[in-house]
Amino acid sequence: MNKRHRFTAQILEKISERILFISSTVTSLAVLLIIIFMFREGLGLFNHTPVEEGSILAINRANPVKELTAEQVKKIFDQEITNWKEVGGIDSTIELFRIDDIFNFYTEEQVGSEFENLGQLLSEHINAHSNILAFFPAHFKIKNFLGKELPVEKISFGKFFLGKEWFPTAHPAAQFGILSLILGTLWISIGAILIALPFGLATAIYMSEIADERVRNFLKPVIELLAGIPSVVYGFFGLVVIVPAIQQIFNLPVGETALAGSIILGVMALPTIITISEDALRTTPRTLKEASLALGANQWQTIYKVTVPYASSGITAAAILGIARAMGETMAVLMVTGNAAVIPTSFLQPVRTIPATIAAELGEAPQDGMHYKALFALGCILFFITLIINFAVQYISSRKKHG
Amino acid sequence: MKSPAEYIQLKKRNQAIAKTTFTAMSLIVVVFLFFLLGFIFIRGIGVISWEFLTSMPEEGMTSGGIYPAIIGTFCLIAGSILFAFPIGVLSGIYLNEYARESFGKRFIKTMTNNLAGIPSIVFGLFGMSLFVNTLGFGDSILAGSLTLGLLTLPVIIKTTEEALKSVDDSFRRASYALGATHQQTVRKVVLPIALPNIITGLILSIGRVSGETAPILFTVAAYFLPKLPSSIFDQVMALPYHLYVISTSGTNIKESRAIAYGTALVLIIIVLLTNLLANALRGYFGNKVKMN
Repeated sequence: MNKRHRFTAQILEKISERILFISSTVTSLAVLLIIIFMFREGLGLFNHTPVEEGSILAINRANPVKELTAEQVKKIFDQEITNWKEVGGIDSTIELFRIDDIFNFYTEEQVGSEFENLGQLLSEHINAHSNILAFFPAHFKIKNFLGKELPVEKISFGKFFLGKEWFPTAHPAAQFGILSLILGTLWISIGAILIALPFGLATAIYMSEIADERVRNFLKPVIELLAGIPSVVYGFFGLVVIVPAIQQIFNLPVGETALAGSIILGVMALPTIITISEDALRTTPRTLKEASLALGANQWQTIYKVTVPYASSGITAAAILGIARAMGETMAVLMVTGNAAVIPTSFLQPVRTIPATIAAELGEAPQDGMHYKALFALGCILFFITLIINFAVQYISSRKKHG
Repeated sequence: MKSPAEYIQLKKRNQAIAKTTFTAMSLIVVVFLFFLLGFIFIRGIGVISWEFLTSMPEEGMTSGGIYPAIIGTFCLIAGSILFAFPIGVLSGIYLNEYARESFGKRFIKTMTNNLAGIPSIVFGLFGMSLFVNTLGFGDSILAGSLTLGLLTLPVIIKTTEEALKSVDDSFRRASYALGATHQQTVRKVVLPIALPNIITGLILSIGRVSGETAPILFTVAAYFLPKLPSSIFDQVMALPYHLYVISTSGTNIKESRAIAYGTALVLIIIVLLTNLLANALRGYFGNKVKMN
């Protein structure tokens, strides 16, 4: 080989190594981009008023009320709160005024064909009614407005996480409280793991300790297939088989319940739990098992006194990853849980999870609106939960290796 | 205090109970899977015909076929594999053959693991924000394929790494001993041996991609499109999304049930085929390597 040839070869080798390196950075880059984009959209939700964009709430100047919360606004417009006293004002009935109501007080002529006098009339009307709460588009607020704009409390982290009401399209002030969604997600995932862990662990123990080679060679592809079935097919199966079954067995008005979600998610979490805990069980050194058998323990005693304790960190990892899988699952849950945003109290009622909320509502949320941002904020939460779980699992398994 | 004989009996009885329980529970898992497959197979097989697979949906998707959804799903599979396979295999090679144990390598591995753990709906949100809106691809095959590709990337990297790891070091040493460079060794010795396992991983990831719904909800999937895509900037229908809409949100849920069973069966058949193919490959090449 001559010198120049070797030189080009070396250059080529360097270049190809660069290309390989660049390819390997794509995943890290992707995670970084996901963080940036999720946050850019999601954090926009906070420190904004939840009142519909381009609209304002206004009251009479004499009214002592300084600020309302989104929840209060909703209750007022739903007529659940009818007195200013309940929101910190004086004892008088709240007089609701929407923009269309202007024609109850003024003729079309007075308002003008191009609504040119509307701003002036609104201002006068609000000035004349001391108990009024008016809701109208912001561009009708004239320069020397005689009323007082009433701010609605901005969305804070606390309100977002602990708020119980999720009415993202409520009019005039949307409610972004995700407590019920978080609890719904946890509720279903815990149910799923309660179903999946016993079955998964039993199957893993059976496969690694009891079954012979032939049975194992049959079970492995079966588990792989179980993992391969699309979530939407699980959801469909749940919809046509499990949901009606639950409805009949428990005699419910609807079968779309947390229980249906937990069962389907449990099945979907099985492959994760089985493969990881089986791997963990298999790492138990043969010498340990043989020592146990030599001491007179039989196979079952060896399993639960030696093999399972030895594999316990792997089994923990399997359970945690199973929960993570269940929490992030979207389609199957969306199809079988009924999606009612209420705080769960039983397994026989509809619940709504974070992923299902995103999937169901993002299509209808106008881009860059509050609702859109709220859904991205939900995505951030989901992202963080799974990220933390992943780090926890990697920590658990790395500790095992070193220990 | 129990006598030794009683104790031994108890021990035996416990073991018998435990073994029966574990066997029974494993059996339940298997029976559930076969029930699910059987149920959809029996309800769906009557629906599937050449006509069903190659004609357009009709009458509000209550009759006709699922041709555009099949084509759409194939476009998405092809697009995402085209994107994820080269990058995935290359980074698998880098991680196993080139990277030295260092912070950088651990970081990349951790990030790959994390990417694998992110829920698919978050990929959907991300894909919508980056590809559809920021880069301006719109709801398109391109945006959907890239989103799905990112989702499968960690799987492909991991299978490539595993495949390379299973190549015995003696092959590498023999190659070096003959005077081959590092790159020659990787290209001419390690890769050919690992290739069957890499391809197996690729086939399995095709099965995975074909069924993903959440990532395509907001990046490409169309509720109903009477025409086939003509460019990568077109929207398409896709099998999993089609199954979702006709079984939940359509106006004629009852009437389109038969189509839903048919669509579910087609999805399951795709997964079954990819799994069978992967297993067959594994068996075939597994034997071949042993013989050599």
